[in-house]
Amino acid sequence: MANDPISQFKITKLVPIEVGGLDLSFTNSSLFMVATTAVVATFLILSTSGRGLVPGRWQSVAEMSYEFVANTLRSAAGNEGMRFFPLVFSLFMFVLIANLIGMFPYFFTVTSHLIVTFALSMLVIGTVMIYGFAKHGAKFLKLFTPDGVPPVLFILVTPIEIISFLSRPVSLSVRLFANMLAGHITLKVFAGFVTSLIAAEGLGIMGPVFSVLPLAMTVALTGLEFLVAFLQAYVFTVLTCMYLNDALHPSH
Amino acid sequence: MSPNENEPGVQGARPTEAELSERRNRLARALEEKTAQAEGQKSVSSSGTGQGFAQAMKLSTEFVAGVLVGAAIGWMIDKGFGTSPWGLIVFLLLGFVAGVLNVLRSAGLIAEQHDRTRDG
Repeated sequence: MANDPISQFKITKLVPIEVGGLDLSFTNSSLFMVATTAVVATFLILSTSGRGLVPGRWQSVAEMSYEFVANTLRSAAGNEGMRFFPLVFSLFMFVLIANLIGMFPYFFTVTSHLIVTFALSMLVIGTVMIYGFAKHGAKFLKLFTPDGVPPVLFILVTPIEIISFLSRPVSLSVRLFANMLAGHITLKVFAGFVTSLIAAEGLGIMGPVFSVLPLAMTVALTGLEFLVAFLQAYVFTVLTCMYLNDALHPSH
Repeated sequence: MSPNENEPGVQGARPTEAELSERRNRLARALEEKTAQAEGQKSVSSSGTGQGFAQAMKLSTEFVAGVLVGAAIGWMIDKGFGTSPWGLIVFLLLGFVAGVLNVLRSAGLIAEQHDRTRDG
């Protein structure tokens, strides 16, 4: 494997498919998306199949993840928000497991591609807009005309609020993507230092000795990356809940 | 933390109903305070204590996203109405403002949109 830190994000076609001029090939990214979904589904189906009154280890983990997401959603969007629970829980589990699968060496990180995270955040914002308009109709537009602002200023405030609203999917997706990308590049760069120091001709015996330093850094960064993988899934979920709250209560 | 130890009514004789309900109230209050504290801590840590990196990432993406979306809208208006370069100029500035608004909101320095509208 080369020391190029970017090559790990390369998309390769596994099964080339082309439909009507569109490239719908099954790539390594698709493979890992399928794997992520399969892992989540298998985990939840197997862990909840026992349905013990006193949960076993696996069932306990499944219940914990349920309660974690449910509490996040309830605290952000209230009890009404629970109708979005399937969406939010699926998003959380998908992002979390995709991030964690990406931590395996030689595995592909689905969430390190902007288009994937952007698709996820467009799903959220699309839900917010459709549900908001379906439930509140034109009252949903009150989101862009804050109370307590003189009507004269709406000409300035409304475009700003609209831009602020439209920038949400961008910042939501860029944040997840940038965190995963930066983390994996850093990890790869430091790991690359280890091999290049060992292979360095001029350093002699000191090469392997010095290579302990980037190795220690790599170990520390791996721990940090696991934290980031969890944290970013959580942040994505929290912000999703907050945006859904806007759809449920645009004004009161 | 066992608040009952030094109380005169508890030692020896069985506590009366009034004492019991008084104790219940006190415990409920203490529990409420604890939960409130825990929730407060949770909301602080989710916005990133000890996670300066995450916080910086969050704020910078919020700001950049505002500017980018503003520029994109301006560019599309120019493209559609042939008003180049005024749409880009105006909406880039508005995007800048929206970016600052995003940053202030996510840093918790001004009220979130839904908090503000909920009061009104």
